Amino acid sequence: MVMGDLLTEVDVAVVGGGPGGYTAAFRCAELDLETVVIDAGKRLGGACLFEGCIPSKALLHVSAVLGEVERAREYGVDFGAPHISLDPLRKWKSERVVGKLARGLAAVAKGKHVEVIGGRAVFEDSRTLLVQGDEPQKVKFRHAIVASGSRPATIPGIDLVSDRVMDSTAALELSEIPERLLVVGGGYIGLELGQVYAALGSAVTLVEMTDGLLPGADRDLVQWLARRVDKQFQAVKLNTRVESLRETPAGIEARLGGESAVFDRVLVAVGRRPQSDELGLATTRVRVSDRGFIEVDTRGATADPRIFAVGDVTGEPMLAHRAMRQAKVAAEAIAGRPSAFDNVVVPAVVFTDPEVAWCGLTETAAAAQGVAVRVAKFPWAAAGRAATLGRADGVTKLVVDPESGRVVGAGIAGPGAGELIAEAALAVESALLAEDLALTIHTHPTLSETWMEAAETLLRG
Amino acid sequence: MPRPFVLPDLGEGLTEAEIVKVLVREGDVIQEDAPLLEVETDKATVEIPSPMSGRVETVHVSPNQTVRVGQVLVTFADATGSSGKQAADTLDPTRRLAPETRTTVGNGRARQTAPQTSAAGREPVAAPRTGSVPATPATRRLARELGVDLHAVRASGPGGRVTDADVREAAGAAPASAGAGAASPKTAAPSAPARPLTTMSEPPLPRFEQWGEVERQPLSHLRRTIAERMTLSANVIPHVTHFDRADITDLDALITRNLDAARAQGVTLTLTGFLLKAAALALREHPQFNASLDAAAGELIVKRYVHLGVAVAAERGLIVPVIRDVDARPVVELARELAALAARVREGKAALDELRGGTFTVTNIGALGGTGAIPIINYPEVAILGVARARQEPVVRDGQIVPRLLLPLSLTFDHRVADGADGARFASAIVRRLEHPDQLLLGL
Repeated sequence: MVMGDLLTEVDVAVVGGGPGGYTAAFRCAELDLETVVIDAGKRLGGACLFEGCIPSKALLHVSAVLGEVERAREYGVDFGAPHISLDPLRKWKSERVVGKLARGLAAVAKGKHVEVIGGRAVFEDSRTLLVQGDEPQKVKFRHAIVASGSRPATIPGIDLVSDRVMDSTAALELSEIPERLLVVGGGYIGLELGQVYAALGSAVTLVEMTDGLLPGADRDLVQWLARRVDKQFQAVKLNTRVESLRETPAGIEARLGGESAVFDRVLVAVGRRPQSDELGLATTRVRVSDRGFIEVDTRGATADPRIFAVGDVTGEPMLAHRAMRQAKVAAEAIAGRPSAFDNVVVPAVVFTDPEVAWCGLTETAAAAQGVAVRVAKFPWAAAGRAATLGRADGVTKLVVDPESGRVVGAGIAGPGAGELIAEAALAVESALLAEDLALTIHTHPTLSETWMEAAETLLRG
Repeated sequence: MPRPFVLPDLGEGLTEAEIVKVLVREGDVIQEDAPLLEVETDKATVEIPSPMSGRVETVHVSPNQTVRVGQVLVTFADATGSSGKQAADTLDPTRRLAPETRTTVGNGRARQTAPQTSAAGREPVAAPRTGSVPATPATRRLARELGVDLHAVRASGPGGRVTDADVREAAGAAPASAGAGAASPKTAAPSAPARPLTTMSEPPLPRFEQWGEVERQPLSHLRRTIAERMTLSANVIPHVTHFDRADITDLDALITRNLDAARAQGVTLTLTGFLLKAAALALREHPQFNASLDAAAGELIVKRYVHLGVAVAAERGLIVPVIRDVDARPVVELARELAALAARVREGKAALDELRGGTFTVTNIGALGGTGAIPIINYPEVAILGVARARQEPVVRDGQIVPRLLLPLSLTFDHRVADGADGARFASAIVRRLEHPDQLLLGL
């Protein structure tokens, strides 16, 4: 068949099948817009499901279990040394976790009559997408939603191509457990995957070029994770750059801050870059920033009135839940509804052990911007539930507007922080007062009580 | 340092505009007050002058694009001029709301004091145009649906939070719950107020495609505004209509006799000028029709001025320009102003101030035929006069059938404010003046 023979006409064409793409498509379908998704892998889920959030959380669950087993010795329960079989572990991750969720998304798409076209989509003009690949065709659309996502960034100036140098996608495949692993980057990806490999038995060295882990997060939250990582990892080198990587018979030789060391594998986790360069956007009126982000307004509309964009390709923070909210807004805007991405918080979670999560205004950002805030902290050493879990390594923190008492930000470190941040996100998004948290009955004994306790410290006196 | 210029506040209730023309190009060096862009708002086409002198670095918008108040339109390089401060303020996302009351956290009194202060008439919370306004996500969505700019809403909730009731009040709708009073929702009440019937919530449409081919056409700005205003009025105001007819045989003769004399002064005498005058004089006699109902306060706001709106069918849709102090001015002057104003409206050149402040509306559809119409009241006015085509009809006078020119009128009014008898009297007062043009011209 000659490419371009087949012509599909739709209300909305969604480029990319990740969380932004499939959420947009589902919402469009609910609003009676005929919608197709064009995805290179002809599948819904994107980087999040296949090479990001979901598989990494599956592996982090395994490392959490290993951590619990180790801690159990403290209270007299010894399972002996764990034996790890990679084949069943990989199979569980790929089939029982990722595969199951992927089948679920495909079923939802079918139920909503959203067609998924396999292939790479390139704009031909502001009304037409050319699909290249297994199912070549032209798609004429009234509106398009670009949800092309992001891909792992590389270290500037280092271009060694080797099976032993992995990005996050390769690391999640878990092809082996290296004896010595170098993790480049102290952000959430490097820390999460570093902990997975450390729990599975690798000796992990982490290098971060700035002066702390998780740049941008409040230090009093990060310190709990830093303490754990210091014990768990062979070495954590801050203010350190990777100067070179060289393949040798013994492994990958890395020069780190003037010193050389050899590793069996290297994980490069230095951030992600938007995928906007191969979409043919020059044939449209869409504007792209110097950093490759598509410029959008609060509805997700680009400078081209027919084209919207959502998710990682539109800017930071590159998080699936931000993309999913943007996606609903864009779909509703296309359907003519007065929708807007007016969200105050995009909560961030690092699924390490202990977890670190925050939302809204951080104390760090408040200080940098000269915004006056009151901060309340409740250490988990004083929390009953934390004691019963054997986990005093955490803290709950509220950032409050001193005039109104309104909660403008929150942070939390400790096991379960990723779940616990939800209450604070609701509080900030809804402009609740610290008083509202203090006066709400929280179940006892739980970790969620620590929000109430922290709020109460503001009301005393 | 580059300075952004954002879409400024265009006046009450206007939150967005459509770009009609961009009058500058990137790289242009322009002076302060030089025309920058032409935008069409819900009410008029407005030229936006440059707030500063400098080189246009980036134009962020293009024709047909909808922009919201606060959105960046143009970035200047090396700008000098008066609005540097405005630009800087707009850029600063960290500025937070000044709280309406200082809330002493922990004494439990904050909730009670905040509403009282706002009821006492304190100024709305001063808020920057950018940054978020404290409100729940559902309240923010409600504001979008009702076309309310949250930055302009008086906050009555704890910690300066805007509540649903605040948004509804700003939208001009009745408060959600009876007895809630002006801007004092009982936040302590255990049950949240149910969504009132006044919001526009329509059931989903069927898939019409199943029965044949359809085409979806986006609504213009103006069409959307009309749709929202009419729905609001029809939902909020209990409409009642009174019909009458005026014998304008003598008035018609008077107009015909004076056509040339008026034309010599550049004025085309039309019936509408006399209709406005008759309505204005009758309104002075019946001031409850020259008013607005403040449902939340339980008060009728009677206006001591008579500014009449005249419905004009522009190509884009219905627009109602306003003629001021109609009761005090000669008919010829009204006719002259009306002609000029209607022309500006049709060209989309009317200024915003020419489209606001009306107290009563006259809509004359006579030119298009028909025997009568029941218009919808131009919210928040109390009444509207509908006029159809005058016709020669047989009338019995002194036992004789004689041909007379009769003008069908309909007076539609807010039954909350006036009753049927009031409407009949007011309509008669208009009819009397149309039937006795000498009285009309004497201002009686």
